[in-house]
Amino acid sequence: MPEREITFREAVREALREALRADERVFLLGQDIGIYGGAFAVTLGLIEEFGRARVIDTPISEAAMIGAGAGAALVGSRPVVEIQFSDFIGIGMDQLVNQAAKIRFMFGGKATVPMVLRAPIGCGTGAAAQHSQSQEAWYAHVPGLKVVMPATAYDAKGLLHASLLDDNPVLFFEHKLLYPMKSAVPDKPYTVPLGKAKIRRSGRDVTLLAYALQTVKCLQAADLLADQGIDAEVLDLRTLRPLDTEAIAESIKRTHKAVVVYEAPRTGGFGAEIAAFIGEELFDELDAPVMRLGGLDMPVPYNPNLEQALVPQPDTIAGAVKKLLNRR
Amino acid sequence: MLSVENKLDMLRKMLLIRHFEEQAEELYMEGKVFGTFHLYVGEEAVAVGACAALQPDDYITSTHRGHGHCIAKGADVKKMMAEIMAKDTGYCHGVGGSMHIADVEQGNLGANGVVGGGIPIAMGAALGCKLQKNGKVVLGFFGDGASNTGNFHEAINMAAILKVPVVFICENNHYAMSNPVKNALAIADISERSGAYGIPGVTVDGNDVLAVYEVVAESVERARQGKGPTLIEAKTYRFKGHSKSDKNVYRTKEEIESWKARCPIKRFKGYLAENDGVPVKKLEDIESQVEQDIAEAIVFGLESPEPTLEEARKMVYA
Ligand SMILES: Cc1ncc(C[n+]2csc(CCOP(=O)(O)OP(=O)(O)O)c2C)c(N)n1
Repeated sequence: MPEREITFREAVREALREALRADERVFLLGQDIGIYGGAFAVTLGLIEEFGRARVIDTPISEAAMIGAGAGAALVGSRPVVEIQFSDFIGIGMDQLVNQAAKIRFMFGGKATVPMVLRAPIGCGTGAAAQHSQSQEAWYAHVPGLKVVMPATAYDAKGLLHASLLDDNPVLFFEHKLLYPMKSAVPDKPYTVPLGKAKIRRSGRDVTLLAYALQTVKCLQAADLLADQGIDAEVLDLRTLRPLDTEAIAESIKRTHKAVVVYEAPRTGGFGAEIAAFIGEELFDELDAPVMRLGGLDMPVPYNPNLEQALVPQPDTIAGAVKKLLNRR
Repeated sequence: MLSVENKLDMLRKMLLIRHFEEQAEELYMEGKVFGTFHLYVGEEAVAVGACAALQPDDYITSTHRGHGHCIAKGADVKKMMAEIMAKDTGYCHGVGGSMHIADVEQGNLGANGVVGGGIPIAMGAALGCKLQKNGKVVLGFFGDGASNTGNFHEAINMAAILKVPVVFICENNHYAMSNPVKNALAIADISERSGAYGIPGVTVDGNDVLAVYEVVAESVERARQGKGPTLIEAKTYRFKGHSKSDKNVYRTKEEIESWKARCPIKRFKGYLAENDGVPVKKLEDIESQVEQDIAEAIVFGLESPEPTLEEARKMVYA
């Protein structure tokens, strides 16, 4: 029997449904997540099954929502807070960064904050500068937070289950353009461990390191490069914190060249962290400097052509790889 | 006191908003407008009544549902149309789009994609005006949903203690996306919240453009005299969905129809005919002129060039 294929959106919903069924400590909190089904229709139908006590529609109060997640987690619940667009996490930044992230540490390890904060991230929908950002580096910078960025429906479900079982605050970012994409997904609960990268395509000539939507773009770029006789490996990092440095090292030892590809503005982005790691730990393995291919250092423009040009696309990624290979 | 000419100009602006929105929706269906946008249809009386109480050089801050505020404050529909079509001739050179239209020259300090994001800006702009002693007033528009954000409470409190010349105007259209106001606040009237900050609060029929004008004019006067902020709540309704992806499952047809029957434009036309004896022909002429203006704006937008990445780059830093 062929494996069942479902969308990324359905996979997230399925993980939530399974978790709500399996563990009565789990509840959802967010704006319009009830009858409306969430701004991206992820929670559609859940209020019908679990009721208003466990699928809670909140006012527009991001600081209170994130704080509510932290507070409920602190007393033994396992909240999943949905922020409608990752851009608005900023409003609850103090609750996330100064409270949720640090509580365990500050309390000498005597408390846990097992909350999952889900949010759509990324550009490509014409929603302009305040609804399209990729701010994963902000959060990956904060000790105490975990950052998960799946690229496939299979991983979305498995990583969300793993996040729900984790005893730390986890940021679970869903790239908006991934929602309709399908992959084979088991209809039983399963986990994909946090901190494990995955080789999506193996190759000998160069490693493309990516996460979320850029994994898909890198695979398309690898196809373009294959047509030109270049064999690119695509490593999907899947989580930024914890980061699978072992998988990165193994891949670099095979290909000796690396391009880190991400959608956020290039300067100060998470790609710099990966590049620095490779530079420090794998210098002797490198045949060329590590290259970062990030988004342009610009807020996301509304104009659709400029929006496309802002972030790495398959042809720009392929172009960057060729430039790197031609260096020597 | 408003002259008949003033009132006819108010009607013209209400019609301009209505036709702009309806055409924008069609252009979206045709793929000529992108992303998402939020229609103001049904709420025209609030923006127009409120802005009519301002001097041309006073300021406003707007919301994600900002087209109406923009037009009411005197924006050029050509540049608005070009903006939502992502063209270089638009208010923000096509990089801002519907949710970020600003028209600083006419005193519009910007729409806002972040719910509640404009409220502290309104307070701050009023503080600037007060410090500069320029006699200007700021009108901050926001929704019922925005009144639950920390930004609202912090900004109003600060405005009250600093006594800055700002009028907070809450457009209570009864829903924040799908969330009915009764599920998001435990009080009946948002204006009640003014008591917590020691400022006056008024609730007004937001579908009655003249009633909105009256209360805003009074509050603007108060602000101009240095007596500080007022919180106004205008009760109204949006006829259309929250945004382009809304299936409207959270409200009934009957409810929507009952509010459509209270259409602020129909009502104002009726008032003008009855009270001011404006001939129906005159009202029709205004409407056809408006239709023509919008048609021209569409052509302007369609024929305009797109911005380049180089130009966009220049906008990141001053
Ligand atoms: C801080 C923030 N949270 C959530 C959203 C998503 N969102 C956009 S509009 C909206 C509803 C706003 O309701 P209200 O303030 O009443 O204004 P209305 O849409 O009714 O005009 C929501 C939840 C947002 N843009 N900003």
